Amino acid sequence: MAMMTMIQAINDAMRVEMERDENIIVLGEDVGVNGGVFRATDGLQKQFGKDRVFDTPLAESGIVGTAVAMAALGMRPIAEVQFGGFVYECMDQICTQAARLRFRTGGRFQVPMVIRTPYGGGAKTPEMHADSFEAYFMHTPGIKVVFPSTPYDAKGLLIAAIRDNDPVLFYENMPLYRSVRQEVPEEAYVVPIGKANVVKEGADVTVIAYGNMVRLSEQAIAQVEKERGVTVELIDLRTISPLDMDTIFDSVDKTGRVVVVHEAIRTGGVGAEIIARINEERILKLEAPCVRVTAPDTPYPPALVEDKWLPSKGRIVAGIKKVLDF
Amino acid sequence: MQNVFPMRQILDTEGKIVEGQIPPELSDEKLKHLYRWMFRLRVYDALSIKLNRQGRLGFYAPLGGQEACQIGAAAALRKTDWIFPSYRDLGASMYHGWPIAGTYKWSRGQIDGMKIPEDVNLFPPQIIIAQQTIHAAGAGWKFRLKNEDHVALTFFGDGATSEGDFHEGLNFAAVMKAQTIFFNQNNGYAISVPLEQQTNSETIAQKAIAYGMKGIRIDGNDIFAVYQTVSEAAERARRGEGPTLIEAITYRLGPHSMSGDDPTRYRPQTEEEEWKEGKDPVKRFRLYLEAQGLWSQEWEAELEKEMKAEISAAINEVQRAPIGEVDELMEFVFEEMPADLKKQQEEVRSWKGAAE
Repeated sequence: MAMMTMIQAINDAMRVEMERDENIIVLGEDVGVNGGVFRATDGLQKQFGKDRVFDTPLAESGIVGTAVAMAALGMRPIAEVQFGGFVYECMDQICTQAARLRFRTGGRFQVPMVIRTPYGGGAKTPEMHADSFEAYFMHTPGIKVVFPSTPYDAKGLLIAAIRDNDPVLFYENMPLYRSVRQEVPEEAYVVPIGKANVVKEGADVTVIAYGNMVRLSEQAIAQVEKERGVTVELIDLRTISPLDMDTIFDSVDKTGRVVVVHEAIRTGGVGAEIIARINEERILKLEAPCVRVTAPDTPYPPALVEDKWLPSKGRIVAGIKKVLDF
Repeated sequence: MQNVFPMRQILDTEGKIVEGQIPPELSDEKLKHLYRWMFRLRVYDALSIKLNRQGRLGFYAPLGGQEACQIGAAAALRKTDWIFPSYRDLGASMYHGWPIAGTYKWSRGQIDGMKIPEDVNLFPPQIIIAQQTIHAAGAGWKFRLKNEDHVALTFFGDGATSEGDFHEGLNFAAVMKAQTIFFNQNNGYAISVPLEQQTNSETIAQKAIAYGMKGIRIDGNDIFAVYQTVSEAAERARRGEGPTLIEAITYRLGPHSMSGDDPTRYRPQTEEEEWKEGKDPVKRFRLYLEAQGLWSQEWEAELEKEMKAEISAAINEVQRAPIGEVDELMEFVFEEMPADLKKQQEEVRSWKGAAE
């Protein structure tokens, strides 16, 4: 075991997998010599050479599109899109090509590729960097969407993503990159995609979150539990597509009260989908209407306003109290 | 730029070898094979248009007039090479191994029409313009990385050269020294928009200069020029000398697609006649073969009969085949079906009857 930040765990996941399988390559902007703008790929080109780790031209559609073909022909590319806000540049290659190639060839081709991208508010990035666009991809059949919230999960989920025979969009939260250290095994291990994690058990309310919102929810839960003498269950989704509804339903059966927290905007989001499914299958178990704590429906705001715009500990506390007090 | 990129022509419109040009070294048998295939496409095109009008086929993008491009290019490749076609390239796709019945299932929209046989090195026809140029760059890059002796060839039209993905595909291929051939069928129109409104470049071939790759402009209705140029580009790619952009000047004799496009709205009838009568790729090759004593009316009649029978058998087979069920679709979205999709599959199965 070693103490690692999330960025170190991500780097380590790629390293141990690349040592195992020479068909794994890394491509993206600045990922080679520079080791990535966040240093996620630091040292990989040095270790594996320029024929495994590529500084590509500055073109997201080219990065993802070339990776699609290489993956279909037997490689296992890990493509980096430098910031999550840039995914529109390669939306077509992700949604109409990577996610659909298995389908549109009747299962003949598979696209075992990972698209890693940093996202998330709080880092005071310029416009179009921090956005949480995951709902588009949850709405796209054929691609899995993963959100690690800890260094341990980041390594295990990234290894699972690399080994997956379907394309995986791997969202890395920028503020989480270096803010938390955790014991992480040095060898390879897998945290399965599609399986949520019950971070903390509780009996009265279920809080569902992912990415950085897990940490914020923990803080909010501690406050509410102290103030109200209740216990709150916290589910870290880890994967938003496919959703682990079994874990969610088990929790709803127990608590009957649900708060979904995400930093993406509200309409048509992950929360909407989860709540729709709860309504379809667990409506009679509910003691209160489900609540969403999200960003409001505007484009991502300028840096100095983001903290007021993103879900806060206080807003999550209010959300939990709302379902308790109904 | 037209003098920097003169149009390479080996076989003139009269079916004669252009002075000073040497035709590719092809046996009589191979020459007849090429003609047979070009003629098969001519028959396929005419009958597919007819079948579409009868409602027996679905989406069809006529390829008539572009037979030399599609057969010349595909014939210059090995079966181990990969083709990344657009929807108009069913001719090259069939030459490379996709059965007629497969193209018809795809056209009609039967579920198993999506599946090209495993042993045919062909991607599915690309619908989103120019996306396949990036895939061909990726494939050609992979072949170089893995020291594989293959070439990736992609077909695209003149309109595709305006797309951002065309730029990204060519740039990536050049930078990565991909074993890729970018085969542009410049038929003068992107549906209705003529080339001069598509680009302010005098030629498409000259765009290669910007990418630092080899560019060449050829007569796309000249089977010899196409075959020879693609052969040379493939050799260069296999030698590790990088990608090539080929601009093949051709003409689509029919409409853009069978979904209501009327070419008389955007191009003069005289222009169509000029290409149909004067520059036709099949006619020109026939004249050449006839002069060599390799073509006869009887042989062509036989070819026509043979192809018509194959098409008739194919369409009948396809129309009798099951179109597929919605619950089958869930089977190949992911390698393993997620729980919720499984649930939806059961729900779909419960629709039986109610879906009609």
